[in-house]
Amino acid sequence: MTTSRYAVLAEGLRKRYGETRALDGFDLAVPHGMVYGLLGPNGAGKTTAVRILSTLVRPDGGRAEVAGYDVARQPRIVRRRIGLAGQHAAVDEILTGRQNLKMFGRLFHLGAKRAARRADELLEQFDLAEAADKGVKEYSGGMRRRLDLAASMLLAPQVLFMDEPTTGLDPRGRNEVWEAIRSLVAGGTTVLLTTQYLDEADQLAGRIAVMDAGRVIADDSPAALKDTIGGDQIEVIVQDAADIPGARKAIARVSAVEPTADDENRRVHAPVTDRVAALTEVARTLQDGGIAVEDIGLRRPTLDDVFLRLTGARAEARPNRPDTKETATA
Amino acid sequence: MSALTTPSASDLLEPDRERRLYWAMADCWTVVRRGLTHLIRQPANIAWQLGFPIVSVLLFGYVFGSAMTVPGGGDYREFLMPGMFGMTMAFGFMNTAYLVVLDGTKGVIDRFRSMPMAPSAVVTGRGVSDLIGATLDLAVLAAAALVVGWRSDGGPVATAAAFGLLLLLRFALIWIGVLVGLMVPNEEAAGNLFAVAFPFAMISSAFVAPSLMPGWLGTIAAWNPVSSTVTATRELFGNPVATGGTWIEGHAMLMAVVWPLVITAVFLPLAVRRFQRLSR
Ligand SMILES: Nc1ncnc2c1ncn2[C@@H]1O[C@H](COP(=O)(O)OP(=O)(O)O)[C@@H](O)[C@H]1O
Ligand SMILES: [Mg+2]
Repeated sequence: MTTSRYAVLAEGLRKRYGETRALDGFDLAVPHGMVYGLLGPNGAGKTTAVRILSTLVRPDGGRAEVAGYDVARQPRIVRRRIGLAGQHAAVDEILTGRQNLKMFGRLFHLGAKRAARRADELLEQFDLAEAADKGVKEYSGGMRRRLDLAASMLLAPQVLFMDEPTTGLDPRGRNEVWEAIRSLVAGGTTVLLTTQYLDEADQLAGRIAVMDAGRVIADDSPAALKDTIGGDQIEVIVQDAADIPGARKAIARVSAVEPTADDENRRVHAPVTDRVAALTEVARTLQDGGIAVEDIGLRRPTLDDVFLRLTGARAEARPNRPDTKETATA
Repeated sequence: MSALTTPSASDLLEPDRERRLYWAMADCWTVVRRGLTHLIRQPANIAWQLGFPIVSVLLFGYVFGSAMTVPGGGDYREFLMPGMFGMTMAFGFMNTAYLVVLDGTKGVIDRFRSMPMAPSAVVTGRGVSDLIGATLDLAVLAAAALVVGWRSDGGPVATAAAFGLLLLLRFALIWIGVLVGLMVPNEEAAGNLFAVAFPFAMISSAFVAPSLMPGWLGTIAAWNPVSSTVTATRELFGNPVATGGTWIEGHAMLMAVVWPLVITAVFLPLAVRRFQRLSR
């Protein structure tokens, strides 16, 4: 086996679709044995990157190595070392969970007996043993996703690519998938995970690359990325949108930076240095001004803030998941 | 985790040429088994698929039957049955296309392509499954035909040859189905293929002899590959043939072989190229 310093290494990948530069000088270096988050708004090029790295699409330029092998020149060898869980749960709906895993196991050339044993193992590992002989049609979204993950783990790949593995799942299904990912990484698999959800990257990834317009614009640990934003944020949610300018004014008095307003959620926030003094001051100003407040508090910067800062206005069009709304806590 | 979870050295090797041929066939068989499992798990699908030809038999054979004439004489229902068989084969390409579209939109084709299996098995597996499905279709239809009084007077060899020609047409249409399935963006669009399949199956000798159609339409119908297969099987079954004496109708037996070969020669490479271009 070839050993390489990186599980995934991409250098200057380029891919065009007509006039669209889906990838425009994409660089990435993923060390072994970690979850690496690839974060970016819709259309940033995350899927294109995953499709190139998993040998589905040939790049127009640049090069990439996965598990030490060149994806363009040695795709067959790469395919024996990777798993892919794409944007859809790519399993056969008519077959049962067990039949799916046995079929894919055979296609991984495990042989009938080993494929059957491996299927049992994975059904157990992904908590699908009870539903093993039910048709996939009857599975919940989270179960399908876990079956999809199990199918991509048949050869215990060194590198697992996951493209938005929790998109479209309810919170419960998402937690199930998160658990499955954590246990895989504990078993030594390197995971490259794309997501539009910052909380997901924050929860799972040891390191994050932020993508926009086909290239990586920032690349660091979640904590370090948050530090680039600065310290704590004060945040006020007003009851009436008409009070947003008033809240801005109140916060502007304690922050060196112009406060940011999120009209839709009636939320105003800005970074502050002296936490307690700022909170007291803003609360008093708001009360004196007769502004009805739904919530007020201090919070650590989230990846949302990082994202907004890095990608600017583009990110505002990004769909937000309702259940991930930040609530301020004092 | 057990020892199985670490792949053995041989799992990671690239197979040599000889092994590749072995795996191309083994993988094809695995994909075919998947298709067969679908048939077993959804037996009602055959009924849906054959609903149209069976209703057609009732409609044309009994409702309009008395108004239908066979040039040169003969029983219309005897004339109709080979037409039903041919029509079912002609509609078959929609099944192929639909299943390919479904695998494409669900990401199953991408999963296959990201795996170390033989890429050809994705297409050959589909083809063999569809041929087995078509054989079952013909068996059920033939049973239904026997019930309404159809008989083959051609003897076992000619009868088998007739079914062979029908399957040959279906084989050729697999490649059109795969090509179209790889081109069509989603399942709704695949449903619209009926608008193409319907005239392809109907403007033929399946229901009415082309000589009874307006001149230009009759010419199109006579040159439709479905007509050659249907006319050839009528001859082999010993059913009323009713040809209008044109060259194309006179050489039905030849053309029932030539048409599928031509279609395959054109569309097999196109389908393969389209499949390879998925990596663009
Ligand atoms: N097959 C394709 N044909 C045409 N354009 C494409 C194709 N795939 C991706 N694109 C375009 O490339 C850009 C990046 O897409 P994608 O990689 O899917 O982004 P993401 O996964 O981050 O949402 C988008 O503008 C998208 O429209
Ligand atoms: Mg995407």
